[in-house]
Amino acid sequence: MLKTYELVIIGGGASGLSAAISAYEEGVKDILIIERNDSLGGVLNQCIHNGFGLEYFKEELSGPTYASRFIDKIKEYKIEYVLNSDVLELTKDKDIYFSNEKGYHHIKAKAIICSTGCYERNRGAINIDGSRPSGVMTAGTAQRYLNNYGYMVGKKAFILGSGDIGLIMARRLTLSGAKVLGVAEIMPYSNGLNRNIVQCLNDYNIPLYLSHTVKKVVGKTKLEKIILAKVDEKMQFIEGTEMEFDCDVLLLSVGLVPSNKLLEDIGCKMHPRTKGPIVNQYFETSIEGIFACGNNLHVHDLVDYVTLEASDTGKFAAKYIKENLDRNFDVEVANGNLIGYVVPAKLKAGEGNAQVKFRVSKPVTNARLIVKNNDKVLKSLRKDYLLPSLMEIVKLDLKDIEKGELKLEVELND
Amino acid sequence: MYDVIIVGAGVIGSFVARELARYDLNVLVLEKNNDVGDETSMANSAIIHSGYDPHVGTLKAKLNVLGNKMFESVCKDLDVSFYKIGSITIAINDKQVEQLYELADNGKANGVDVKIIDKDELLAIEPFATKKAIKALLAKDAGIINPFELVSALMENAIDNGVNLHLNEKVIDIKRNDKHFVVTTDKDKYQTKVVINAAGVYSDTINNFVSDKKEEILPRRGQYFVLDHFSSPYVTHTLFSLPTDKGKGVLVSPTTSGNYLVGPSSDFIDDKEDKDTTTDVLNQVISQAYDLVDILPMKEQIREFSGIRAYHKSGDFIINEDKGFINLLGIQSPGLASSPAIALEALELVKKTLSLKEKANYNPKRREVIRLNKLTLEERNQVIEENPDYGIIVCHCEKVSLGEIKDAIRRNAGAHTIKGVKKRVRAGFGRCQGGYCQAAIASILAKELNVSLSDILYANKGSNILKGKIGDDQNA
Repeated sequence: MLKTYELVIIGGGASGLSAAISAYEEGVKDILIIERNDSLGGVLNQCIHNGFGLEYFKEELSGPTYASRFIDKIKEYKIEYVLNSDVLELTKDKDIYFSNEKGYHHIKAKAIICSTGCYERNRGAINIDGSRPSGVMTAGTAQRYLNNYGYMVGKKAFILGSGDIGLIMARRLTLSGAKVLGVAEIMPYSNGLNRNIVQCLNDYNIPLYLSHTVKKVVGKTKLEKIILAKVDEKMQFIEGTEMEFDCDVLLLSVGLVPSNKLLEDIGCKMHPRTKGPIVNQYFETSIEGIFACGNNLHVHDLVDYVTLEASDTGKFAAKYIKENLDRNFDVEVANGNLIGYVVPAKLKAGEGNAQVKFRVSKPVTNARLIVKNNDKVLKSLRKDYLLPSLMEIVKLDLKDIEKGELKLEVELND
Repeated sequence: MYDVIIVGAGVIGSFVARELARYDLNVLVLEKNNDVGDETSMANSAIIHSGYDPHVGTLKAKLNVLGNKMFESVCKDLDVSFYKIGSITIAINDKQVEQLYELADNGKANGVDVKIIDKDELLAIEPFATKKAIKALLAKDAGIINPFELVSALMENAIDNGVNLHLNEKVIDIKRNDKHFVVTTDKDKYQTKVVINAAGVYSDTINNFVSDKKEEILPRRGQYFVLDHFSSPYVTHTLFSLPTDKGKGVLVSPTTSGNYLVGPSSDFIDDKEDKDTTTDVLNQVISQAYDLVDILPMKEQIREFSGIRAYHKSGDFIINEDKGFINLLGIQSPGLASSPAIALEALELVKKTLSLKEKANYNPKRREVIRLNKLTLEERNQVIEENPDYGIIVCHCEKVSLGEIKDAIRRNAGAHTIKGVKKRVRAGFGRCQGGYCQAAIASILAKELNVSLSDILYANKGSNILKGKIGDDQNA
């Protein structure tokens, strides 16, 4: 007796919640959200700082409050969800195998939305020389210990990576009574939102060391110190620039990596740059009826945009379930000069609107974003600055587009 | 008075402990670290070599070949993951081909089933081998093992059968008198009739307390990469590059947990405690690995680590006995593969001092481990129905359940640290390296051990992962 849902959503964080609500509002009633944590909300539950919802709600909310707005809707609509439940396997035919204390369950779905978020890049992937003592952890792990458990991870901290999570943790650690000796960033520019640089570093006199990274971790059993050094344009250490910092915790905020093992294991086509699946205009992956949205599709800077993307995805999934989706894509979306990646990869010319999301591959100022359709310039937008750390969205009217190629590129004004 | 004190609970000390547990003896194992198998035994290639490599006539050759044959049965009794996937040594130039034939001859003389294969046959059985290969040496009796499971299972079984284990206790002196030895540790003093030196990299220190014949162990560090699970096939054999005078050369190998190991290097270091990993050496490892494979997905790297080999200048194992003081010294590669046979050697040497009576109730088997990923859906549901903890997944990268973690903590020689859990059931071993689940594992440990989160250690004493509750020091 194999239960088939209309829609199964894997992950009940910001993305999964919005996708569920939106699909429900489009008329899909038979939904199941499978969440591996003991509550809905995902990583928002550990983000006790403000700054969420400025775009979506025009309010400044904490992470848990933002999440609760959507969780309340889920409960109001009585959308079914299971907690402490982990999806271990998917098939191309949309079988779902998940485990919880009630058993190892096998169900099917007409459509699946993968909203599985990210994991943090960690020391193992980036080769920091030295020993492997306790006291080296990712910023998100430290955030969980501080905010969810109420424990200190160290008294004297150093942070590698000026990503938002690292910046937020610099402030959080300081407010909890630790001394933050500095934040290092390997690039010559910071990765995080400007407001976080101001509110988390400048306001607390925490030094930011650009073009620096950790050369060595020292400590036999527990962390004792780190050796910081400057790097050149080729990311090689510059001799004589070493600085020692005595610290008992090193936080790594060196990037988020989309979690897509379930999709990778069934041969889903993955984008080499975003590490997410390649999707079409409807956020559908290369496997029919399996959709992806949120951070596991591509890392977002603001949860508000995750919500919007997931909302769209829920609508498209609903259309798919009702067999109302025209999937004859005739426009390939490509990334040109200075564009790191574009999402989605395919569009259908003709009716309606679409959004193309992109990031530049390096910071540019005084530039133009050019949208070309089969080598004909469709849009030419002036941009004072474009940063890799800020995802951008180009809105398109599909009536204006001919089938063929749509290419985004950056032109520098001289 | 103990009958036997074993210094060191690595793979050698643990195999010996289990062997002696068969007999009516009072056995004590002294381990300086906070867990068993925390030195070389947890930082190696995890290969059960077939035995073609050690020179004919050496102790290494004899015990490697004997040991290799014993693993299937030992691992069955102890429920330890061991797969005989075979090893392939690849020659990519004429000089190496010559070496290959010499190795084959040496192997045959050691009684090992080895075969030289040509490029076509190589690529047929191992399509991911490098196309630069000219010829290769296939040793079908080589295997891969889970060394963490092995050591903890050995010690669990030894303790089940009456052996005593003291962790966090370091031997600082041994004196011999007429009748027995006095072993002094940093905590206590013990009398024993027999001492077995299984102290690995520090086996020279232990020897030199007692013996007039002084020994020296030189540390030789090996650095490795661990790669993640892949969604598509990769190498299915252990691939070796040719031995040089520095050691066995680099390997690319699957592990029993579905990961891949790349390494090791061979670093001459001064400090026995220097387990640093260094980028320049690791980069060399990568370039050496390209002698074995044309495709090396280093983007899938999830960890680097290093281990220290106990190198003795003789290049062989030093196994001897002097009126009750037994040396198992200089056990570097093929130490792991030889370990069951080394334990039998130790047993024979113990018999010189003690008369042994077999225990009536010795049980060679440890209680089976539930391995969820090997069960069918129905079997899995059965397990979960009987114990719902096996349905709650704690480590999502490696899919390890609460039930498996609790079991690993509760067994004899069980886990009581973050690293201990990681070694035994892989929780925290995966791509996020415990980023997500460490807090949950710490909570489980705190609950099981009835301590606060602040007391939970990563590994050795002093490695507390947390430093008190927020605000603890504000009220001073």
